[in-house]
Amino acid sequence: MRSTRLSDRAFRTGLVLGGVVVSVLLIAIFLSLLLSSRPALVKNGLRFLTGTEWNPVTDTFHALPFVAGTLLTSFVALIIATILSLALSVLMGEYFKKGVFANIMRTAVELLAGIPSVVYGFIGLFFLAPLIRLLQEAVGAPPYGVSILTASILLAFMILPYSASIGREMISLVPSDLKEAALSLGATPSETVWKVTLPYARSGILGGILLSLGRAMGETMAVTMVIGNANDLTPNILGPGNTMASLIANEFSEASGDVYLASLIEIALLLFIISTLINVVGKIIVNRMAQAS
Amino acid sequence: MEDPVLNQEETILETRHLTAGFDGKDVVKGISIAVPAGKITAIMGPSGCGKTTFMRCINRMHELAPNAQVAGDVLLDGEDVYRLNPILLRRRIGMVFQRPNPFPTMSIYDNVVAGYKLNGARMARADRDRIVEETLRRVTLWDEVKDALFRRGTFLSGGQQQRLCIARALAMKPEIILLDEPTSALDPKATAAIEELIVSLKGVVTIVQVTHNIPQAARISDYTAFIHLGELVEFGQTNKVFTVPKDKRTEEYLSGKFG
Amino acid sequence: MNQGKPVLDAAIRARLRGDGAFRGLVLGLSLVATVPLLFILLFIIIRGASSINWQFLTELPRPMGETGGGISNAIIGTIILIIVATIISVPLGVFAGIFLAESGKTRLGTVARLSVETLMGIPSIVIGIVAYVWVVRPLKQFSGFSGGLALAMIMLPVITLSTEETLLMIPVSLREAALALGVTYPRMIMKVILPSGLSGIITGILLAVARGAGETAPLLFTAFGTPFMNLNILKPMASLPQTIFVYATSPYPELQTLAWGAAFVLLVIVLALNIVTKLVTSRWKIQF
Repeated sequence: MRSTRLSDRAFRTGLVLGGVVVSVLLIAIFLSLLLSSRPALVKNGLRFLTGTEWNPVTDTFHALPFVAGTLLTSFVALIIATILSLALSVLMGEYFKKGVFANIMRTAVELLAGIPSVVYGFIGLFFLAPLIRLLQEAVGAPPYGVSILTASILLAFMILPYSASIGREMISLVPSDLKEAALSLGATPSETVWKVTLPYARSGILGGILLSLGRAMGETMAVTMVIGNANDLTPNILGPGNTMASLIANEFSEASGDVYLASLIEIALLLFIISTLINVVGKIIVNRMAQAS
Repeated sequence: MEDPVLNQEETILETRHLTAGFDGKDVVKGISIAVPAGKITAIMGPSGCGKTTFMRCINRMHELAPNAQVAGDVLLDGEDVYRLNPILLRRRIGMVFQRPNPFPTMSIYDNVVAGYKLNGARMARADRDRIVEETLRRVTLWDEVKDALFRRGTFLSGGQQQRLCIARALAMKPEIILLDEPTSALDPKATAAIEELIVSLKGVVTIVQVTHNIPQAARISDYTAFIHLGELVEFGQTNKVFTVPKDKRTEEYLSGKFG
Repeated sequence: MNQGKPVLDAAIRARLRGDGAFRGLVLGLSLVATVPLLFILLFIIIRGASSINWQFLTELPRPMGETGGGISNAIIGTIILIIVATIISVPLGVFAGIFLAESGKTRLGTVARLSVETLMGIPSIVIGIVAYVWVVRPLKQFSGFSGGLALAMIMLPVITLSTEETLLMIPVSLREAALALGVTYPRMIMKVILPSGLSGIITGILLAVARGAGETAPLLFTAFGTPFMNLNILKPMASLPQTIFVYATSPYPELQTLAWGAAFVLLVIVLALNIVTKLVTSRWKIQF
């Protein structure tokens, strides 16, 4: 009798421990980042967020060029990905819900999601960059091939499956009687999609966009390989740049000096905070949409 | 109870002012019953009257629900059930559920002895084989499955699965088996087979069966309790309760006025 | 009267044309979204498969400029890293998943789930930095173990959430049947609930492995990479994705050829895992 109580308690404690460990892990990650970036936090101060110079030689480290680079690549990627994934969501949520073609499309999108970032980067280097180089030549920009635009296009395809599946889910949550009401009034299927389905799923799709944004911000390898590794603040998408993630990937292993390293860790901390915030907001919006239906 | 026949029976299970419910609301209100040993006692009443909750208090399954509360006594062979280790208690009282629920990852053989295997009891292979055959014969399933003992039970029909679940409970050699509307998910043919099986278990084990199927209660039970809105309205020998009910509510229920 | 009809017809015809145009647009954009996949796969198969031979799979890379050589150290390295990551993340992840399924609505359960979902969204390079701080800095050395730890932290939320999802789908009646037989709580979970959810849990683990095997960023400053074969997890270790990264961005065509081959191998592994999980889910799913 005693032994069953003991093993019962031990087991339940073990389970609780599992829950505690994962919670503590998150806190530990945050604290580690915070503590390890202390030398930089102290040295860089608030200028970290507003300044535009990144110079290991003078120990001057500002994050703005990379925050801008991250936001720029992510937004351009988001525009491209949203258009494409909306099309996919509508296709799979409205026109081809079942059948061979639907299965092929769905499998194709899922496989896209499984391709490692570094492989995307590889393809980007050897296939996309030459195309962008042509574009750059046509426009008169330096024909590096690598650029913010190259990175954005790659990013778009990488976040595509994620935002497409969220979009499909949000569209499937639209009550069918609303759609039927529209159809019974004589609307064509596409008018129904455009005027009833999409507006209804609007907030959910917005949440999905935010979640994809969170994903895009964290993508490292593909971006690192095709963004050109330049540390200036620039809006020129046909020129090279750097995101927070690609900066770390490019410079961390060779960083010497405590402040340099700590500044890179500070960038990681910033990236952690921003992407977590965006993910949280996105999730709240998506959950609200799911609950409303 | 004033029933003279009942007073002569040996009581195996007794509840005294058993009160139970959820979230502060009671669905079982002070029920006192003496269940006779070796007989079939039916608990009947309209949906939501509290009969299932009542029965789940007997093997202490009710307290597993969130925000559940229980008060009053339940005595098994004179022992207060709420003082015993619930794990050990449930090995003395078996339960069969409304929907057949054999363990899907286990073979038919393993399902029968699941009560032993899951409790870590070590048994000689010969003993296990014997229990499986005896129990499956008792539930008249042996001939149908003896060549498929090591296949998973999910290919069996609903009625066969339920018999397997009864076998699983029986294999533990319990003192009481609680049946929660065991035939409500089955077709008439399977229902008849289960009813026959239940009657055949009289004397071997005490049966308490919740049912809202009035004719079934009349057919197979020796004693019947009628519960309405959480209260015990009437309890006595089945033929008496059904032919000369003492309470007006019982009469109304039996004639189909509600429920 | 009659004048009304032709106008209506023209308007309807225009709308129907618009409908068709919209459909065409949707289809066209969808193809734009998915045809590149075909392209990627073809590209890699053409460029990569030709590199695959016995020498490629079993030899070490040759010094810069020499042709030939292989990526055996990267293949073994990825295998070892995944094994380390699995040992760390599977027990913890499954247990955390059980906890979430059992106590998900409690305060700790809510906190834990939020933590796991947040962990899921952390950029993998940030995880790499954390592993650097926790293991590489104290040991003053890059190591396979730190890489395995980083991968474990990436795999953990995937395993936890899919375990929780699987277990929540198991019908309550199974628990009740076990409890009614007088089975203790730990035994009920381990011997009834877990086995019933096994296929879903394994699927989650395989998906987590597929994700971990393809990650490069967290390995850049943990396992770091090496041109040599290394089985010691306390020393730097090569891996497929990291090798691809280094060789693809190098100026040597010989190394780039190796990179194509490595990309092919990696793609095969990752896609095979994804396809296997789909088959496992459909075939072994227990019917309740």
